[in-house]
Amino acid sequence: MKRIMSLIVLVGVLMSLLAACGSAPAASPTTAPATTAPATAEATVAATTEATVEATVEATVEATVEATVAPTEATAEPTPAAMTVVEYIMATAAGMTPEAAAALGTITIASQSPLSGDQAALGTGIRNGVELAIEQANVALAGSGVEIGFTPFDDQAQPEVGSANAKNIVSDPDILCVVGHLNSGVALASLPDYSNSSLVMISPANTNPKITESGYANAFRVVGRDDLQGPIGARFAEEIGVKTVYILHDKTDYGQGVAEFFKLEAERLGLEVLAFEGTDEKSDFSSILTPLQAANPDMIYFGGLYPQAGPLLRQARDRGIMAQFLGPDGLDSPELAKLAGDALEGTYYTTVAAPVSQFPNAAQYATDYTAKFNGSAPPFSAQAYDSAAFCQAAIVTAAVEANGKPTREQVLTAMKSLPALSGITGTYSFSEKGDPNPATYYIFATNSDPAMWDQNELTSKIESAPPTE
Amino acid sequence: MAKNPPHTPETGLWNQLNAWMTKGPAGYTFLSLYTLITSALLITNPRTSLFTDIVFVLFLLLILAIYRSRVALGFKIALAVVALGFVLPYFGTLNPYYIDVATQAGIFATLAMGLNVVVGFAGLLDLGYVAFYAVGAYLWSIFSTDQIGNMISGATPVGAGWFYLFIIIGLVVGGVFGVMLGLPVLRLRGDYLAIVTLGFGEVIRVLAVNLDKPVNITNGAQGIKDIERPPLFFAPALKALGFNLDNNQLYQIFFYFMVLVVVLITMLVVSRLKNSRIGRAWTAIREDETAAIAQGIPLVRMKLMAFAVGASFAGAMGVIFASKQLFINPPTFDLLRSISILSMVILGGLGNIPGVILGAVLVTLLNIQILPRIAEVLRSAKDAGLPIPQSFDPTQYQRLLFGLLMILMMIFRPEGILPEDRRRQELHDHDDDPVEVSTS
Amino acid sequence: MVAEANVSKQDLQRQRTLQTLRTVFMPLGQLILFIIGSAVVLGLIVVVVAFFLSRSDPKIMQTAIAILPQVMIDGMVRGFLFATIALGYTMVYGVLEFINFAHGEIFMVGGFVGAGVAYLLMQWGLLSTLPWLVFVVIALVVGMTVSGLLAMATERVAYRPLRNSPRLVPLISAIGMSLVLQDVVRLIATSSPLGFNARFETPNFGKPFQIASIPLGERAIPVQISPKAVIFIVAALLMLLALNYLVNATRLGKAIRAVAQDRATASLMGINVNQIISLTFLIGGALGGAAGVLFGMNIGTVNPYMGFIPGLKAFTAAVLGGIGNITGAMVGGIVLGFLEAFVASYLSLFTGGAFSGASYADIAAFSILILILIFRPEGLLGESTTQKV
Repeated sequence: MKRIMSLIVLVGVLMSLLAACGSAPAASPTTAPATTAPATAEATVAATTEATVEATVEATVEATVEATVAPTEATAEPTPAAMTVVEYIMATAAGMTPEAAAALGTITIASQSPLSGDQAALGTGIRNGVELAIEQANVALAGSGVEIGFTPFDDQAQPEVGSANAKNIVSDPDILCVVGHLNSGVALASLPDYSNSSLVMISPANTNPKITESGYANAFRVVGRDDLQGPIGARFAEEIGVKTVYILHDKTDYGQGVAEFFKLEAERLGLEVLAFEGTDEKSDFSSILTPLQAANPDMIYFGGLYPQAGPLLRQARDRGIMAQFLGPDGLDSPELAKLAGDALEGTYYTTVAAPVSQFPNAAQYATDYTAKFNGSAPPFSAQAYDSAAFCQAAIVTAAVEANGKPTREQVLTAMKSLPALSGITGTYSFSEKGDPNPATYYIFATNSDPAMWDQNELTSKIESAPPTE
Repeated sequence: MAKNPPHTPETGLWNQLNAWMTKGPAGYTFLSLYTLITSALLITNPRTSLFTDIVFVLFLLLILAIYRSRVALGFKIALAVVALGFVLPYFGTLNPYYIDVATQAGIFATLAMGLNVVVGFAGLLDLGYVAFYAVGAYLWSIFSTDQIGNMISGATPVGAGWFYLFIIIGLVVGGVFGVMLGLPVLRLRGDYLAIVTLGFGEVIRVLAVNLDKPVNITNGAQGIKDIERPPLFFAPALKALGFNLDNNQLYQIFFYFMVLVVVLITMLVVSRLKNSRIGRAWTAIREDETAAIAQGIPLVRMKLMAFAVGASFAGAMGVIFASKQLFINPPTFDLLRSISILSMVILGGLGNIPGVILGAVLVTLLNIQILPRIAEVLRSAKDAGLPIPQSFDPTQYQRLLFGLLMILMMIFRPEGILPEDRRRQELHDHDDDPVEVSTS
Repeated sequence: MVAEANVSKQDLQRQRTLQTLRTVFMPLGQLILFIIGSAVVLGLIVVVVAFFLSRSDPKIMQTAIAILPQVMIDGMVRGFLFATIALGYTMVYGVLEFINFAHGEIFMVGGFVGAGVAYLLMQWGLLSTLPWLVFVVIALVVGMTVSGLLAMATERVAYRPLRNSPRLVPLISAIGMSLVLQDVVRLIATSSPLGFNARFETPNFGKPFQIASIPLGERAIPVQISPKAVIFIVAALLMLLALNYLVNATRLGKAIRAVAQDRATASLMGINVNQIISLTFLIGGALGGAAGVLFGMNIGTVNPYMGFIPGLKAFTAAVLGGIGNITGAMVGGIVLGFLEAFVASYLSLFTGGAFSGASYADIAAFSILILILIFRPEGLLGESTTQKV
């Protein structure tokens, strides 16, 4: 009986704890934005091979700097020229014989992204983007007899889960294309499985160079790479007159990787790198800031994610360290504004995925997304939409070629031979390795209001071809 | 009052059938039918689905049923060989996912048995067990990739064939690490040991993250990729027999069998140890250290032995794991992994080998199959508008689950779900004592 | 203070009072001694190492000396953090000989409650208008109450039913409790406006106090301490004094010491053992909660997993100082804090960036634990002065 009593007490304690902590915020008005969208775009693994780095440098030099484009101007005119993906799909599908359409049977596109956990907001955005793309394509293709199905998977942002899901995906012969992942580490763990059956994977978010540099023929992405994101940060630092940088990183494959690319380019540009220090400390940065303050850098580069960057920045400013602050897309989250507040003054971040409002062709998408999913499209969802559209284009092309249901190999071949098409996030073709050509990089200046994060000021926008060897 | 922790429904059914099944013919028929039906269902439904998930769990529970039944030993072995040696691998060629789940369950079963030697037999709480696993994994990863060239200039990776030798080396190195950690701290009281081992686990992880400078040994946070796999020496033979499998399937089945063999060896070694002089010495130490010393048991040596034995299993398994996974990085070896192995041991029952295997299989299934399924159901319920907190995802609350499991098991059933008689007595020794000593 | 009123009564009374005062205030002296001691020893080591290294690069010496005072301040603040958490470990260990694994989480809960209080005050528009002292007191009182009660509840639920089981059993239960608390707080936090990474709002405490300014080249390196850190240190010292008074000079303290010495006998003497144990958890938890509030305030953010590692280090500190000994816990915390700050700030300077100091600070802490356990298991303050709480 005693034990039952203690069980009851346990439940009671948990309840009262809930009441104690839960009721307090509940009493407050609903104005507080429950921003739980940790824009942890990346995790895991970045190559540091000499080859990539050299290639990087060249590409950066050739990069066309569209210099300080104000966001309003950018939205003014839609990009003309290239055929849009949807037009391409329609045109290709029109060339399909009725017998081929009838022989298609079930064709499915899968998505893999974290639908649970800290990164669920971004992962759900990816799933929704793919769903919307497929739904709209099915409406457009209604006459041709082609219908595409959709199966979402939850990779929980964990490599093991992603790889287990990949085994499931591979064992379903109807799945001809995968849109995923959010985290590079998960993608790298799953790629061997996709690769074994030549299944195309298009990533809407992975910036790790290794995704397309590891020799997987089936790996594609629609965003830029860290070995350009880092250097572009360094070039930006030089442009705004920085002479000395102090580089910190979070000791993860993502943060350390991008920081190393930043460092190489900074050194090449003649900036003085005062230190290159890693830490997984999450709260008390005093021991890191003391040597930093003595070094007195013009700029702090932080390769890592916003949960660390926020307190770091605040503690630095509290101590009177007024250096500029720059980081990669791991900083791109309204949570950073929540955590750092006014300390955000003089903070910039580079990113491969601008908010939807930055894309002139995505206005319709933003409206459709809000109408269907009740809420604005998070980062990477427009990229996911485009990824799914490219999947469809490849599948339809392959289906016409095969005159029936294509094999995964045929879809892969079709993917490689797609012309430059215009999606809602830009116009590009895929390079030999599967990188978008060109990819766009953005640099934003932050503002300290979490609710206004979408309206961060675009400082510059750079289009660059992927590094070549 | 009989208090059973929450079981899967099959176990409830099993309880009902228990009495009836102990009688010969019914038992034979039941087991054969069970095997037949679940196997047939599995093979006819190779696509991943909720249904196949359930059948798969039922199929694995068959092993438990075989173990608990009272039929002829030969029959038991024959059934187990059919199920694990033929049906499951064949099913694996149809769907690579489930055999991967089975392989992972096997890996964890070995780890749990190893930890069980330390915690269950000798009563030493080791919270950094995964460190030894990491040592084994890094050992093979470093020596089988270009990483070795960074450490010893001019050295080239060892060939894939060395894999088997490295399992032995992993075993030895794991044991050596166990002794190294144990030597200074085993004189201490048990609860100090818990903290020190926890600290040691963290140190190994931090070293794995940081030893990319000044000499690149572990490749730091980037992890090591392209780890070598052992040669498929049996592939031509299989092909000659008419099995046309691609490399990937071959490796999956190969690792499955390798893990199965290791599990069997571990079981054999651990159960032999348990009933040996050493095992009895461990029991004596666990139950009363002072009395053990008085009887002339060399305390430190016996504790060290437990540490070394437990660690060596983890070291060897680390080698296999790295090779199976092809890629390892430090977060794979974090504290939560140690904790989850510990909860397997606790769930199954401290000191009890079949129980611990059951615990390992249950927790693995829970982690990679059951919780994601529940999460999926909850998500669709959420989409349908049911009031479930937006932030609640069962897959993300493993700590809560393991934590509750530990507390509840300790309070209600410290001897585990498949208890061992001796242990039950030991743990319920004080049940009749007054819990309160107060005079009020 | 109470004692002062009685000074004039009797000789005996006066002697007793003096005795009390001595036991209450002596630890303060010991503590200051250890602060100065660790600062001097570690400072000397730094100077010596820098001297040898500066032969190749004279800048190392200049930089090392220039940041030395600031590193000492960092170390002291960090030390007081470990010290305040260690008090809770040592209280419980002294009475039950049991490592309350969940104590780090009690600390974390304190931080979260503080952040919640600050958030509410901000919502009501009171945060900027309240005097800072009032804010600190409100946050501390609420944080300490919740943490204390929670610690008491965990004992009642997860430890008391297991009090007579083999040692391993309550320990595992405590680890489970630690995990449960992490995720329960996470669940609550993510369902509330605070979020997983919650910001700890504070009124404006003003700029850091500039203590000195050290020239380095053309620049001057400030030596500074933030007002929040000062509050932290003052509060920690007050807690130490109050705890010492409670344990050494009150009836309750006497009962606690009796239970620590011999539970069965204490029970025979009419002491309600369960009540005393509950109270011990309440006090230890409240101290941990206070540490959480002060730490969260100092750092500016809290998250549900922030308690675990500081908890482990605080345990290390308690062992370092001699577990079960209140002053020892403080001293151990200070020494550990200094050590970590020195390793974190100097290691990469001295190794030319080859070893990242901040990463190796953790290793330093755990190595110290292992070394202490091997060579001096009774801790720095030794067996002789060990007073079981």
